[in-house]
Amino acid sequence: MFTFIVRRIIQTIPVLIGVTILTFSMMHLIPGDPAQIMAGESASPDQIELMRDRLGLNDPLPVQYFDYIRGVVTGDLGNSIRSGRAVSNEVFLRLRPTIELAVYSTILSVFIGLIAGVFAAVRRGGLADSFVMIVALFGLSLPNFWLGLMLIQYLAIGIDIFGINTGWFAASGWGTWQQQVLPVLTLGTAGAAIIARMTRSSMLEVIDQDYIRTARAKGVKERVVIYRHALKNAMIPVVTVVGLQFGTLLGGAVLTESVFAINGLGRLMVDSIRARDFPIVQGGVLIFALLFVFVNIIVDVLYKFLNKRIDLN
Amino acid sequence: MAETTDILVEEPILEVRNLQTSFFTEKFEVKAVDGVNFAVPKGKTLGIVGESGSGKSITSLSILRLIKNPGKIKGGEIIFKGENLLDKTESQMRQIRGNEISMIFQEPMTSLNPVYTVGQQISEAFIIHQNMSKKEAMLRSVEMLELVGIPSPKQRVKQYPHELSGGMRQRVMIAMALACDPELLIADEPTTALDVTIQAQILELMEELQDRLGMSTIMITHDLGVVAETCDYVAVMYMGKVVEYATVKDLFKNPKHPYTVGLLNSLPRHDIDLGEEDLTVIQGSVPAPDQIPEGCRFAPRCPFASDICQERLPHLEQSEDGNQIRCWIYTDEWDGDPEVNVNGKRTS
Amino acid sequence: MAKELLKVKDLKQYFPIKGGMLGRTVNHVKAVDGVSFNVYEGETVSVVGESGCGKSTTGRAILRLDEPTSGEVEFDGEDLLALSKKKMRKKRKDLQVIFQDPYASINPRQTVRQILEEALDIQNVVPKAERGKKIAELMETVGLGAHQADRFPHEFSGGQRQRIGIARALSVDPKLIIADEAVSALDVSIQAQVINLMKKLQREFSLTYLFIAHDLGVVRHISDRVIVMYLGKIVEIGDTNSIFDNPQHPYTKALLSAIPVPDPEPEHKKERVILQGDVPSPIDPPTGCRFHTRCPFATDKCKVDVPELRSEDYMKEEHMAACHYQKEIEAGTHTAKY
Repeated sequence: MFTFIVRRIIQTIPVLIGVTILTFSMMHLIPGDPAQIMAGESASPDQIELMRDRLGLNDPLPVQYFDYIRGVVTGDLGNSIRSGRAVSNEVFLRLRPTIELAVYSTILSVFIGLIAGVFAAVRRGGLADSFVMIVALFGLSLPNFWLGLMLIQYLAIGIDIFGINTGWFAASGWGTWQQQVLPVLTLGTAGAAIIARMTRSSMLEVIDQDYIRTARAKGVKERVVIYRHALKNAMIPVVTVVGLQFGTLLGGAVLTESVFAINGLGRLMVDSIRARDFPIVQGGVLIFALLFVFVNIIVDVLYKFLNKRIDLN
Repeated sequence: MAETTDILVEEPILEVRNLQTSFFTEKFEVKAVDGVNFAVPKGKTLGIVGESGSGKSITSLSILRLIKNPGKIKGGEIIFKGENLLDKTESQMRQIRGNEISMIFQEPMTSLNPVYTVGQQISEAFIIHQNMSKKEAMLRSVEMLELVGIPSPKQRVKQYPHELSGGMRQRVMIAMALACDPELLIADEPTTALDVTIQAQILELMEELQDRLGMSTIMITHDLGVVAETCDYVAVMYMGKVVEYATVKDLFKNPKHPYTVGLLNSLPRHDIDLGEEDLTVIQGSVPAPDQIPEGCRFAPRCPFASDICQERLPHLEQSEDGNQIRCWIYTDEWDGDPEVNVNGKRTS
Repeated sequence: MAKELLKVKDLKQYFPIKGGMLGRTVNHVKAVDGVSFNVYEGETVSVVGESGCGKSTTGRAILRLDEPTSGEVEFDGEDLLALSKKKMRKKRKDLQVIFQDPYASINPRQTVRQILEEALDIQNVVPKAERGKKIAELMETVGLGAHQADRFPHEFSGGQRQRIGIARALSVDPKLIIADEAVSALDVSIQAQVINLMKKLQREFSLTYLFIAHDLGVVRHISDRVIVMYLGKIVEIGDTNSIFDNPQHPYTKALLSAIPVPDPEPEHKKERVILQGDVPSPIDPPTGCRFHTRCPFATDKCKVDVPELRSEDYMKEEHMAACHYQKEIEAGTHTAKY
């Protein structure tokens, strides 16, 4: 297992190099002169030249790249144009709500997705199965900003039904549970739908396997057959989906944070893009990529742990 | 003349009477098991032999009531120790499965759960049926592995199925099936997926364990060699019906049903040199499930079929020697060649 | 003596195993490890053995479906392994193959006519105008009836599909047909029909068969000569009756004795040899004689020395076995340990 984890980490090195090349190139791919942008619209040619020198833009590209890498490794991601503060500080300050949002949403979508998927699979072809699958299709098709706005409208602002106001939750911010429910629901819905569908099809495949028949022939209770013998096998492909889903989730966080006015990394990035604060955007993308790689290592380890058939070496 | 449902076997542990199991598709009903009768004498082995589509495996799954949608047991009786299993509740059935009646399946490769150790899977039987603690059950699992001849059982018990060879996995299946000392063991093609030298090991093991533990066995197979070597009685099935039921000796020495004769003749044997002679074949193939013949199911392929065979289904009838046969030739109503010799073309 | 149609010499097929930190080749599965035999024109040679013995791999290597690691394959006087990919494709006209599951090797969306037309088209042996007639002939030959040519594979039963596979193989007038477990999946009554058909076709078209199978009853019935393989090596080779009536290698003996006989009271009750344990892994095959780990006759010599295929004076010509003690066992001077 240890060798496997080490190998898996080594394998991420090319990915990390790719990611840094990509974020590094962002500076050069944006339209216009980075030095001009950094120095501001009204800067004089001298100021721009000074900026160019400070940014090392006069050096050959490989040198610039290695300077950048050195910065990344030492935690120096440059300074924000707007605030002038270190990018690493700005980004890390905002990281916590985003990670919380992503993790809670993942937990919610796995929880709901698994239960709904198993529920539907066990009732294959029945009304309950169709119902769950239709709801999942809705969940999958709803744009997440729209869902967020609807939730705010009906569960934060609230409407009166039989004299009860449904405005139970907060419409913005992050911290109290009232503030967290709606964003997590918004972000988790699509994932729950995908996981439900995946779990269902995976369960259906597993339920037809010979070893399930063996378990029944042993006199195992149906509930135990489903949750002990079938689900553990059905989880194997689901885990992979959860890992991939995490990437989508980070993307979704950008929108969700905007809708719910959460001071997270996603919102920071949207604001920075609008303000052309490229060092922040660059740092944010890098952090997102690192998070994604990290989560997928965890998923792989989990996958191996579940799937005994794969030789760890 | 009535269908024979009483089977003259002393002390049957299991009697199946007029069992009917069907699968329902949108268009039609597939009668996989269509009025099957047989008995398993206590302590003996009954072979159920037939080709694919004969309904032999569905029969065995029906006994434990493991038929899944869209299949359904439509009727009949399964009398086990004097009680009809079809009248039991699901929870009563669970008490019987893996405890009083156990089953081994064809594919040792896929019949064990890949995410649990061998020990966990055998233990489960002890925990369910004998209320053992996990620790106790694991110790008993090691004993079971030893019983079925698995070397270094203490290490093996912690292994996962994929770490074992096919033969070893089938031994594990046997250990699991025999854990609670069942009175009846149903073995559904237990050696079909195995190589012949491994098959010999497994068959020897099963025979030895039967002698030691005294259980009764149903051996479902398509291999007439396996039947001859392991069974005491045989039921030959064709298209959901038993066409012949006899002791092993009688069936191989003096097969009566034209289908049985055809099967024996079309089997190439490694111990007999036929020279340049062709194998005697059964013409045609099994009809599709929506084209079941009206009369005798075998009539379209039977070299002896006469008018009555095309029109009416023969009953399973018992002769003086206790054997049973479903064929018009052996009845008073036979309207074909009175001198017909079903067995005439046999080569061995 | 008939012409040697196929000559296989020292054929080896090693499959690499990747592993370690960097995914290097850490070892090999020695699926076929130095196999030599000839097939004469018009005969049926069967290759038998249990799973993992390398019999199917041998067939695939001859056809270059997998490129063999080393060795020589001479077919009809031509070195197959030296041919370019393109020339090899042309050559496949003469070497056809029938697989166990015909359904897996035919396109389910094509009718039988399209399947046969495609085969004829690729090898371009029959003029376009005559193809319709040829297809009708082929269908009759394999016992399907020309009127069934426009049906799809799924409309046929397993036995009929195997007939389609045979028709496709026959369509290009091959010299050699490699039948890889071609009748293994069929029910006994259907299997007998297909075996009879294959024998009939052999007589009519003077075909040569390399018949790969594990069912020794079928093999005895269909073959002129038999090759017994164990863990990638030939342990015995000879004419069919010699192998079945007078097996020399302890493995062949055990294999034959393990087959259940459909006769509860056989005339001469045979002594059954039950082998211990499983076939060892072909990744690290036993040293010396590969069978020594399971052989009841093995001695220390067997653990070290690799036995060569050889004949003894009491054995029929061309009957060879690879056991150090075959003569002594036959004479009764070397006995089993259990």
